[in-house]
Amino acid sequence: MVDWMLNRRVLPWLVTLGTFLLWEGVVHGFAIKTFILPPPSLIATTLAAQWEPILQHSLQTLMTTLVGLALAVGFGVVLGLAVGASEKVYAGLYPLMVAFNSIPKVALVPILVIWFGIGTVPAILTAFLISFFPIVVNIATGLATVEPELNDLMRSLGASRLTVLRKVGLPRTLPYFFAALKVAVTLAFVGSVISETVAANAGVGYMMMVAGSRFEVPLVFAGLVVVGAMGIVLYQAFEWLERRLTFWASRG
Amino acid sequence: MSEGFIELDNATLRYPRSDTPAVVDISLSVPSGGSVALVGPSGCGKSSVLRLIAGLESATDGRVVVGGDAPGASRGAVGVAFQKSTMLDWRTVLDNVLLPLEVVSGPTGFRARRAEYRQRALALLERLGLGEYAHRYPWEMSGGMQQRASLCRALIHEPDLLLLDEPFAALDAFTREDLWGLVQSIWRERRPTTVLVTHDLREAVYLADTVYVFSKGPGRIVHREDIDLPRPRTVEGTFEPAFVEYVQRLRGHIVEVRDIDAGRATTDAKEPAHG
Repeated sequence: MVDWMLNRRVLPWLVTLGTFLLWEGVVHGFAIKTFILPPPSLIATTLAAQWEPILQHSLQTLMTTLVGLALAVGFGVVLGLAVGASEKVYAGLYPLMVAFNSIPKVALVPILVIWFGIGTVPAILTAFLISFFPIVVNIATGLATVEPELNDLMRSLGASRLTVLRKVGLPRTLPYFFAALKVAVTLAFVGSVISETVAANAGVGYMMMVAGSRFEVPLVFAGLVVVGAMGIVLYQAFEWLERRLTFWASRG
Repeated sequence: MSEGFIELDNATLRYPRSDTPAVVDISLSVPSGGSVALVGPSGCGKSSVLRLIAGLESATDGRVVVGGDAPGASRGAVGVAFQKSTMLDWRTVLDNVLLPLEVVSGPTGFRARRAEYRQRALALLERLGLGEYAHRYPWEMSGGMQQRASLCRALIHEPDLLLLDEPFAALDAFTREDLWGLVQSIWRERRPTTVLVTHDLREAVYLADTVYVFSKGPGRIVHREDIDLPRPRTVEGTFEPAFVEYVQRLRGHIVEVRDIDAGRATTDAKEPAHG
């Protein structure tokens, strides 16, 4: 129990703090200029001093990320169910999806800008495009690996395909879904920030772009820290949900 | 001979993408409320016959009739239990047992009779010694208890047809014998027409009225043995001469078909050019 407390509660803070201390030490020890690599202490004071614009941009990024992620969940679940349930859909669609997923999403941002203009929409769409693939793959895997005996059991009872999906397929797939969600949420941040960096007038990515062009390097790093922190918080939120909803998958 | 509850006439099953059929020319008849066992070496197609009767596969050739209809035609008429207990891990034991009733009566029908169904499930769980585990999860129980729960699930909707595919194979000897007794007593009460697939000849003789012996490659029925022993049968009874004689006779038939298979395998190995 004590070990568990140590591992889950203390270690994350300890390691993070240690990393920052090491970073601080390296910057001072090697007398690195702050516009090359600002020390954590300077990033912290920057965060405190400019919290208002940082907060505004962060909220924008959080919003685009969550909307993009929600789209990815909706689209990914439906497509994943189709791919997992039907061999035809799998065979037909998989190559295309793999090809699409191999495209660097940053290359799509200019196209999205041409279609939708600079701003929120390309950021949402980039977050969506980058994060739906793991959801599709995991949902499909969860569904395709349902034990054949379970299908036999349901079919012998005369259950319709929809009933089998509702009673067996979906619950059985839930752990896979959460595994995907935790990957997808971090990817969604990558997508929205990339898009904001290329073409936006709000968001952490945009803020970092502008700060970079003015050589306000501590602010750039403050942006990175904020994105990282938001990633951790959302990841933790999903993990909490996962523990509550799929406790049976980890056997207590 | 009058038409049985289960009738197979020269039924053949060939799985797609397979050269040899799984079973060939299977003819058997089980009267309503009867109990038969299918025994034979591994891979002899016993389970395939069970799948035909359950309506999970349709015969490539021949006729399969269950309750005067195509197999699987009437909803909720079949209860099945497999070697793996196939519990749904996200449901409590009680909710696992209720699953067939949910499927058979549909969402509205189930909700309307929920309290009654729960009582029925709890009573059955109690009967199979799982009363205190109703609200636990399957993965908190031993394999034997999971298999009991699986039997409850096969019986809860009072099916006319009970299909058991080696449900006791993975259990220890004592648990297995306990469950024989339970299955026999429930069968004697409700008389579902029962088909048991098993490797265990004592189990077959204990539970069945008639035992069919299969050979493999492809699966055929090579022998039929009517078990004329009084019910209820007991574990002690399995050591009495009459019982042992049945077991020995069945064993003899299985050894025979295994020898034929083994002989064929060596001939094939020696003369590959003629294959």
